Amino acid sequence: MSVSRTLSLANKHQLWIISKVSRLASTNSWWSKVEMGPPDAILGVTEAFKRDTNPKKINLGVGAYRTDEGKPFVLESVKKAEQLIASENLDKEYAPISGIPEFCQANAKLAFGDDSRVIKDQLFATTQGISGTGSLRIGAAFLAKFFPGNKVIYLPNPSWGNHTPIMKHAGLDVKSYRYYDSKTCGFDFNGAKEDIEKIPENSIILFHACAHNPTGVDPRPEQWKELSSIVKNRKLFVFMDMAYQGFASGNIDDDAFAVRKFIDDKHNLMLAQSYAKNMGLYGERVGACTVVCQDKDEVERVMSQIKILIRPMYSNPPIHGARIAAKILNQQDLRSIWLKEVKQMADRIITMRQQLVDNLKKNGSKKNWQHITDQIGMFCFTGLNQQQSERLIKDFSVYLTKDGRISMAGVTSKNNAYLANAIHEVTK
Amino acid sequence: MGLFNNIATDPPIEVFHLTELFHQDANPSKVNLTIGVYQDENGKTLTLPVIRSVEQQMAQDLTLTKMYLKGTGLDAFCTACLKLVLGEQSPAIVENRACSIQTLSGTGAIRIGLDFLYRNGFRTAYVSAPTWGNHESVLQTVGFEVRKYRYWNKERLCLDIDGFIADLEAAPEKSVILLHACAHNPTGCDPTHEQWIRISDTCKSRQLIPFFDLAYQGFSSGDLDQDAWAIRYFAHEAKHELFVAQSFAKNFSLYNERIGHLIGLFESRDIIPKFRTQMATIVRRNYSNPPAHGAHLVATILNNPTLCGEWKNNVRAMYERIHAMRHLFYNKLKQLGTPGTWEHIVQQTGMFAYTGLNPRQCQVLMQQHHIYIMSDGRINICAITPKNADEIAQKFFDVITNVADDPKL
Repeated sequence: MSVSRTLSLANKHQLWIISKVSRLASTNSWWSKVEMGPPDAILGVTEAFKRDTNPKKINLGVGAYRTDEGKPFVLESVKKAEQLIASENLDKEYAPISGIPEFCQANAKLAFGDDSRVIKDQLFATTQGISGTGSLRIGAAFLAKFFPGNKVIYLPNPSWGNHTPIMKHAGLDVKSYRYYDSKTCGFDFNGAKEDIEKIPENSIILFHACAHNPTGVDPRPEQWKELSSIVKNRKLFVFMDMAYQGFASGNIDDDAFAVRKFIDDKHNLMLAQSYAKNMGLYGERVGACTVVCQDKDEVERVMSQIKILIRPMYSNPPIHGARIAAKILNQQDLRSIWLKEVKQMADRIITMRQQLVDNLKKNGSKKNWQHITDQIGMFCFTGLNQQQSERLIKDFSVYLTKDGRISMAGVTSKNNAYLANAIHEVTK
Repeated sequence: MGLFNNIATDPPIEVFHLTELFHQDANPSKVNLTIGVYQDENGKTLTLPVIRSVEQQMAQDLTLTKMYLKGTGLDAFCTACLKLVLGEQSPAIVENRACSIQTLSGTGAIRIGLDFLYRNGFRTAYVSAPTWGNHESVLQTVGFEVRKYRYWNKERLCLDIDGFIADLEAAPEKSVILLHACAHNPTGCDPTHEQWIRISDTCKSRQLIPFFDLAYQGFSSGDLDQDAWAIRYFAHEAKHELFVAQSFAKNFSLYNERIGHLIGLFESRDIIPKFRTQMATIVRRNYSNPPAHGAHLVATILNNPTLCGEWKNNVRAMYERIHAMRHLFYNKLKQLGTPGTWEHIVQQTGMFAYTGLNPRQCQVLMQQHHIYIMSDGRINICAITPKNADEIAQKFFDVITNVADDPKL
């Protein structure tokens, strides 16, 4: 019903003013002061890449494996497992809060090795987590609530960009220890040792178990041994982040060396695992958080508390990816296929690294590029500075993050030579 | 010496604890009326056939990858969800003032919605007395001060609407009010349309933030649109800015795939990009991005008219069975001459009935009769079947006539 038709002009004007004012007043929404969140730096790289029309463009920001054709890779073992699961008509009822036991058990064996004391004595309090992020989050929340020492976690410098927000948001203070040596593009072992030796006792220290993100720089086995000993002497609590088991060297046992060494040295550590990369299960969000305990009683108490932490987060975990992972780990034929595929992915990356170094030499580069083959895993800290990185983007349509990090997953046998040439041009 | 030697074992969550006791119980006539999971007449929680067929298809489709979803979720899923809740013609959708974020089922939606509110300065929240057990846990974990609004009138076994309104009227401005959109858990007792209008008016005049929990769309009346009436009234007629946390655990029977979403509905479309970036930040530090499987299933079904029609029939069938069981149970109780009034069993809607049994009676029911119900008297109607209704009613009758309230409990 239109009131305005029956009103005089003056009244209509009055109505108009009132409606304007009330519209203004009503835009005093609760949310008018809400700030725009900062854009994600890494996503920004992919977005800029998409807008670029250069046919030679390369996206080296992507943190997901790509085949030599530049395509995402769905593992055959995963597809087979999924088809089996679909035919088994399994239920959709709530999983236990800590995840399905067939996943948790197999996951612990994968990390610690079948013969580990942790497995033999069932000393692991393992819960399924929402991939690596969710597993780190649960672990951090547990530490923030129950850790009897200093609720400060020391991260390597640099570390995965999301570690700090996860830890802070869970309630831990965040500090760092030296890790990457930009002069050698390698491990700053002495710096790390010096810093770790100064960390106050009863603090928390985080290590990347293998394939350090973002640098690709890992300690050597004898360096891990020393670190284990120093950390023991400093009475530090160890949090291991293992997001690339199998994906780094191609061998799941070799990649678990650090975790297993620390266990042997009797660190009752915390471990976050992800199956995003090594099983290509990215979007299914499969991971686990484990607290290695003193005895079965401690396992029970810890598990009861972890479940209480999870309930107000999301109640219980998504089952699909965990069923896939469990099937692969537990069924011999699928497991064999998977181990081959993981090696295949790792080998392709290793081959690309070697090719890149060879191509750089062919371009006549005088620089030392050994770090490219010394580093391991998805990422490579090229040593390029910000200006050089920006030139790579602007002049060559090679997209990387400003810290000179490239994702080797985006390198193929077809774009390798172009990439080498581009890197050479901006660094000569 | 373990680091965590001195941490306590906290008491387990009641519903899971009772379910575990149930599993350990060797008595052949045991019945579990605790956990909120739909069961058919054979006591089975079947996966919907429409889900099975989509899953088979997906498993055979070699073009599908396992790539990460965006932090805010699968767009095809989110768009379909907005329409499901607000209706296709919603002015909020047309004007781009509503945004859906994929979440880890209902719990996850409530959690990140409250995280958003907390980080934007909101501090006080109200929940119904009683409410779903996890509401208070989530609120407390996020950091809210939790208060209650009167809801269930124990004596008259109905909604205490005057107490409800009075408590809202006394609430500080900018309080977040957790409302059950339909099929209230645990009471099954929903406001009428007129009562919703009163609630809406009070929220408006007191400047309260409506936050709807929609876990049972379709279960209350059998009709998805009807069950969204309150949300749509608040959004379209009363023009509130509001939030909705929806779960697809029950109405898609997808409990373990953790699929749900959070709606933020604002006065101006300008808020939407800000909301999205903040939600992306919150998600990133909690779990980076949501699980894909459930989103693909729900999106495929909602966006395909044939599959969607099939799904709606499935929901209707679930509703009808529950409705029939309410009447069956009620009739049996009346036939036995059970003391007290039992009309509330058939007036309540959704999965649950708030029987009115006291904690002592619940305990005896469990220990002597092997019927497991929540200590507040809540039962899952879905677990009643034509086969077990007689026995359950008989045991309720026994307990109600023989067991008085224990003042010690």
